[in-house]
Amino acid sequence: MSSDTDATPRGGSTAYGADDFAAEESWSTAVRLDDGHHVVGDGALPAHFENPGLPPHVERMADKSEKAAKRAERQVAGLFTLSILGTILFLVAYFAFDTAHRSWVPGLGNVSTTNLLFGIGLGLALLGIGLGAVHWAKTLMPDAEVVEERHPMRSSDAAREEFVGIMRDGGEKAQLFRRPLIKATLGGALGLFSLPLLVQLVGSLGPLPKNHLSLTMWNGEPDGHGGYTPYDKRPRLVTDPEAMPIKAEHVTIGSVYHVLPEGLLANEELGVEGLEHGQLEEKGKAVVLLMRLDPKDFKPTERGQKALSWGYQGIVAYSKICTHVGCPVGLYERTTHHLLCPCHQSTFDVTDGCRVIFGPAKRPLPQLKIDVDDEGYLIAAEPFHEAVGPSFWERG
Amino acid sequence: MNALAARRRHPAAIFLLLLLGLILTGGAYAALAPKPAIAAEASAEQVKEGQELFKTNCATCHGANALGTNVGPNLAGVGAAAVDFQMGTGRMPMAEPGVQAPRGKEVQFSEEQIAAIGAFVASLAPGPAVPAEEYTTGAGGDPGKGGEIFRTNCSMCHNSAGAGGALTRGKYAPKLTGVEGKHIYEALLTGPQSMPVFNDDNISPESKNDLIAYLKAMEEEGNPGGMALGSLGPVPEGLVAWVFGLGVLVGAAYWLGQKGA
Repeated sequence: MSSDTDATPRGGSTAYGADDFAAEESWSTAVRLDDGHHVVGDGALPAHFENPGLPPHVERMADKSEKAAKRAERQVAGLFTLSILGTILFLVAYFAFDTAHRSWVPGLGNVSTTNLLFGIGLGLALLGIGLGAVHWAKTLMPDAEVVEERHPMRSSDAAREEFVGIMRDGGEKAQLFRRPLIKATLGGALGLFSLPLLVQLVGSLGPLPKNHLSLTMWNGEPDGHGGYTPYDKRPRLVTDPEAMPIKAEHVTIGSVYHVLPEGLLANEELGVEGLEHGQLEEKGKAVVLLMRLDPKDFKPTERGQKALSWGYQGIVAYSKICTHVGCPVGLYERTTHHLLCPCHQSTFDVTDGCRVIFGPAKRPLPQLKIDVDDEGYLIAAEPFHEAVGPSFWERG
Repeated sequence: MNALAARRRHPAAIFLLLLLGLILTGGAYAALAPKPAIAAEASAEQVKEGQELFKTNCATCHGANALGTNVGPNLAGVGAAAVDFQMGTGRMPMAEPGVQAPRGKEVQFSEEQIAAIGAFVASLAPGPAVPAEEYTTGAGGDPGKGGEIFRTNCSMCHNSAGAGGALTRGKYAPKLTGVEGKHIYEALLTGPQSMPVFNDDNISPESKNDLIAYLKAMEEEGNPGGMALGSLGPVPEGLVAWVFGLGVLVGAAYWLGQKGA
């Protein structure tokens, strides 16, 4: 079809009245630039563009000359050989070098020799196969364009009717329609059979959390089943990872201590055994950051003064688990008294009861009420009053 | 001798002669001049010298009596360790006001001058002294234990590989590579700028030595895995993977789609 006869007027109707369409039929034919001279168009589009079809097939060098084909063959074989060499390099490196061997490579510094050679070897091995295959396909495999027509997916009406007939006939012969008792019980059996699968799936989500997320080792000695037996004597605060008890006078202004409850980690010097099981789980809930500020630095707000009173002479202890998603909040700027979470930049103001002043966290960090014992060591006067860490369903 | 005599009018001869003369006089002076006695204890003279240096170099911000102004903090009680850290790493005197004093390219004062200023500042009020060499080199320390202490106490700001990291409002924790053990010890002791204090009761001198041993061991070990990309973790790694990795894949896809002929 040619654009001259097929084109229907379209567009620009605001500039032309209905009469104009009849009077000048070909006023909006597409601008043809292949006529050899420049045509000034009127800005309108034709009703549709012609399908340009496939471009004429161009023969490749390897199709035309046997010499070029030979060259392509050698190139493909060369790439496959490169892959073989890479694999051999990998195998040799695997057996020849110890994993502790290091070599100096310009630009990389001291690197593991085996890592480097494994990388180069496997890289060459895979790249050689891939590049070889692509080059082979591009130069030697047939590249003539082929058009495959699409056919409807629907079966013929006769085939569909035949299928329905077979199914209905089978049902009749099995007496499925005549004996509804079988139909009902079979349906019930199959339906119930899905329950064991479902129960396993729900059951394998684990036991109900009870209140284990709300309690920490500051509440009591872990009983090994997620519960805690209250302490006879309130636990001391000890350093992480050395498990040394902390004297209040040693916490100078501007100091930060990373703190755990006594008895979590072993300390041979003091004869403390530490937890045998679940050390990391307990640590993950009980970690505390201890800071000492000048008492004058606390804000005169209700929250700030409460924080000061829950501390000891300006020493305050807060849960280290972010209330957003539970990262360890440890970046303490002692000049601004801001406590920063490294994951999402939630910022807590230590002078104001760790109120959130920036970032996605919604609740202040829970504070641990501290005191000193007779010997001057810091103790946890009370456990946390709320669950530490991020929000969860039962937290309420 | 003839060969030398023949070349005595060579244009380079005069420079060579001058150089030789300078080396000889310099060498002789260094060998023969009386050595100044470096007193371990701060003498009254050292304090006085320190005060003079302080007045000319530090008083603009810290005040004539080192009690601070609204642009520089009070230095009473910071101790000689703080002075040695701040000046020994080239952070002080600060080139320009800013949220944080960056590590200087060069140290602007001699060791004696820094010691004198330190003696003056220490004379104002008691503060941590420059630590003894015993625990500041990392020699004999246990890098494994040091690593545990580092990961608990330091890595949240300084990165687990000691590559440093960002804080709020343009402040940052500097990288710890290429820092002298003495300066690491002093930074722990004094808590420069935003950094909290880790005194000897918190992290004992032996543990501080372990910590320094760990940092030195990491520095010597290098990166067996190849390019560390600043040891900054998944962000630069992801950037490289997305930009370069994806770029290569896009290029490969384009090449695959091109016609053979």
